[in-house]
Amino acid sequence: MTIYLPIAELPVNIFTLLALGIAVGFISGMFGVGGGFLMTPLLIFLGVPPAVAVASVSTHMAASSFSGTLTYLRRGLVDVHLGLVLLAGGLTGTLGGVLTFMVLRRYGQLDLVIAITYIALLGTIGTLMVVESLRALLREWRGEKASVARPGAHPLFLRLPFKMRFRQSHIYVSAIPVVAIGFSIGFLGALMGIGGGFILVPALIYLLRVPTLTSVATALMLTLVTMAAAIVMHAVLNQTVDAVLGLVLMVGGTIGAQFGSRAGQSMKAENLRLLLGLLVLAVGIRVAVDQTTKPADLYAVTIDESAP
Amino acid sequence: MRRAGALLLAFFALIGAARAESLILSLSKQRITITSSFTGDSIVLFGVIEPNAAPGEAMKPNDVVVTVRGPNESFVTWRKERRFGLWINVDSRSFLAAPSYLAVLSNRPPAQIADADTLRREQAGFANNRLLQRVGSDYADVVPGDPFRQAFLRVKQAQGLYVENTAGVDFIAPHVFRAVIPVPGIAPVGTYEVVVKSFVDGALAHRGMLNLEVAKVDFEQAVATAAEYHPWLYGIATMLGALAVGFIANLVFRKD
Repeated sequence: MTIYLPIAELPVNIFTLLALGIAVGFISGMFGVGGGFLMTPLLIFLGVPPAVAVASVSTHMAASSFSGTLTYLRRGLVDVHLGLVLLAGGLTGTLGGVLTFMVLRRYGQLDLVIAITYIALLGTIGTLMVVESLRALLREWRGEKASVARPGAHPLFLRLPFKMRFRQSHIYVSAIPVVAIGFSIGFLGALMGIGGGFILVPALIYLLRVPTLTSVATALMLTLVTMAAAIVMHAVLNQTVDAVLGLVLMVGGTIGAQFGSRAGQSMKAENLRLLLGLLVLAVGIRVAVDQTTKPADLYAVTIDESAP
Repeated sequence: MRRAGALLLAFFALIGAARAESLILSLSKQRITITSSFTGDSIVLFGVIEPNAAPGEAMKPNDVVVTVRGPNESFVTWRKERRFGLWINVDSRSFLAAPSYLAVLSNRPPAQIADADTLRREQAGFANNRLLQRVGSDYADVVPGDPFRQAFLRVKQAQGLYVENTAGVDFIAPHVFRAVIPVPGIAPVGTYEVVVKSFVDGALAHRGMLNLEVAKVDFEQAVATAAEYHPWLYGIATMLGALAVGFIANLVFRKD
């Protein structure tokens, strides 16, 4: 059964879209990531124009992250205080990212910068996560006890001034790195057309030493706020939000996210980190392969946005 | 459909003869409406050409080239090259005001219909449609062999937006023809221009033009209009809708 998307201006199979929403929603609920880094390329593959894909995916991410956040909130896992400090940096970063996006697009090198950022970022984070979680699993397999005092628990950057206590996360750190992390996520998110949850979760775990589940829950809350803002921004600035596309993705996504967040809670933190690491690495490798193998057609046609 | 077509033909044959107009054209539908189940459509063009011989004399054969152009849009064609192991866009050409949809239908290959100069002048035939490129600060329609131009046509054809069919015009009678215009699901909305040129002995005999409207209706129209004219309202409504879906899902799946 096909359905016509009024803003994307093309017909698509409604069941393909639903399945896509459920699958990505599951992953999004399980790991506390927005899922944009998976959904956006898949939609573009279906023929949805990139600008419409990026903008419409934000509705799906807002819905599924809201649903997930509510579940985590009830379980008392969201660190609202930490989330608000992160947001202060995050919304500023989004603005910086949008401006950079505009400059790069003018010089025709946006795609390249996005691809390189994807490869570098996903490759690094994916590898780090996989190595770290494998080590943790190995330690456990050998019967060694995980060191209670987390290694290097007080790096220099956490001892900067403006120290704040985040009770839910059991950390007492300077606000400067927290705002800086928020800023980077917002910046990269706007530039890469992603929510940034898959970067934020490891950043909270490894840099700020926030417990895994609290990281996942707080990242989900952050995704919710930034994506809600992104919907309105895209609608007003680019007029590329397809509400019909969004609705189908949302319905699938929220169903998937429910099962995902349940699956995530019943899983061991190390396993969760290993899986997310593998997923992130796989997407990074995929982008790298795409970028380094000879394309079937050396030419591509895009709509000239700068022309009158 | 077939019967309606036959009736239409009879009708046009009649007025064609009565009013002796040079070229009479009619479309099976003047407006393609895009609804939620729209996956593409085809439009049938009927045409009657004034007999080019006095009664009793033998008629010279007619040739017809139908060109359908969708609303103009500007495109960029990028060429990738390997740099530092990565395939990146190194060169680009802008195609200014190119048709977003282009269908060229004829009863036989245009090269057999008239000489190259005539075809080029009349923009008859797929390769003869002007595609304005920006070359530096200049504007030009480059040679058909230009790789950027060929790539542009190739990509558009693969999308189903550019169509070339040298057997797309059927002559039902010596001066009555029909052509089927395929409109894909991803066809952009707007006014399409249907230009028909008939040739006799390699010279342009008649030309005619019709408009075809591709428009969204009902719900699709409402969504598109809201997005365009009330972006704040549309954005906030979509955002609240998203949150509502999330909230409902959470309630439905709530266990505790």
